[in-house]
Amino acid sequence: MAKIRGAVVVDVEGCKGCGVCIPACPSEVLDLAKEVNGKGYNYSFMKNPEACVGCANCAIVCPDGVISVYKVKVA
Amino acid sequence: MAEITLQDIIKEENLVYKKSKVMTDNTLSYCPGCGHGTAHRLIAEVIEELGIQSETIGVSPVGCSVLMYNFLDIDMQQAAHGRAPAVATAIKRIMPEKYVFTYQGDGDLAAIGTAETIHACNRGENITIIFINNGIYGMTGGQMAPTTLEGMPASTCPFGRDIELMGNPLKMTELVANLAGVYSVSRHSVHTPRNVRKAKKAILQAFESQKLKRGVSFIEIVSNCNSGWKLTPRKANEWMEENMFPFYPLGDIKVDGQLVTK
Repeated sequence: MAKIRGAVVVDVEGCKGCGVCIPACPSEVLDLAKEVNGKGYNYSFMKNPEACVGCANCAIVCPDGVISVYKVKVA
Repeated sequence: MAEITLQDIIKEENLVYKKSKVMTDNTLSYCPGCGHGTAHRLIAEVIEELGIQSETIGVSPVGCSVLMYNFLDIDMQQAAHGRAPAVATAIKRIMPEKYVFTYQGDGDLAAIGTAETIHACNRGENITIIFINNGIYGMTGGQMAPTTLEGMPASTCPFGRDIELMGNPLKMTELVANLAGVYSVSRHSVHTPRNVRKAKKAILQAFESQKLKRGVSFIEIVSNCNSGWKLTPRKANEWMEENMFPFYPLGDIKVDGQLVTK
């Protein structure tokens, strides 16, 4: 069965660390980083990249539109 | 099977979602977690999908979203406080072939702009009104608005809204649904993926019915104001689900010119 692998790219400097993307993710991929970006926000990152299915739920709830989502079918 | 790396996935041809091109690269001036950003993005996506970037004119309100013209790459006009439906009426009458929408907060649409809103809706102007309801005046420091819930604290009613002293909260959306010139009325939110998708569909339908000259499409988006509510973004969304939605239930209120009976 074809498996779907996804990946999330967060624009680190644009992220405001609100964390709205974290409960939106069905496979618990995202979390807030311990490090901060240039504005002092704990930005969102892929804690568990293996689990991402590229559903784009995180991106469509992101108020600042800083998330891009990629998806590929693995044979 | 060779192990697939992130570099293999992150390629232009595998892209499934990125910010709409109708949004500019300016950083949004809103607080972290504010629903305004999501609502802006939905409007941008709908404009991009319909291919009407050069034919759309937005009217921004007074409030947090006053600088909306910095974030959407379309023609925009900024109206005096509450007067966005009146300005939109003028724009639509002069240029009837353009898509005209207003984007207003609850302090703008439900308080100082009540008369303009009700009369524009009653005249059946062929415009789209997007109403962001967060229950307070967010920009000026969280004062009580007409839409503040009973018992909800705000900076001018720190012990919660007292109905006997301060009156009842106003359900603007139900009010305009009764007017003959209004074609469709619905209430949405933008805090979960499911609700975002529904809200986007409603905005898309509103722009399409504007093309068919059907009258006012009124979309309320119940949103959060985590700074004004003194909560974290995620807590604010939970608070909104528990407190705002029972009083402002989500769903369609008027479809195809007919009130939805529940």
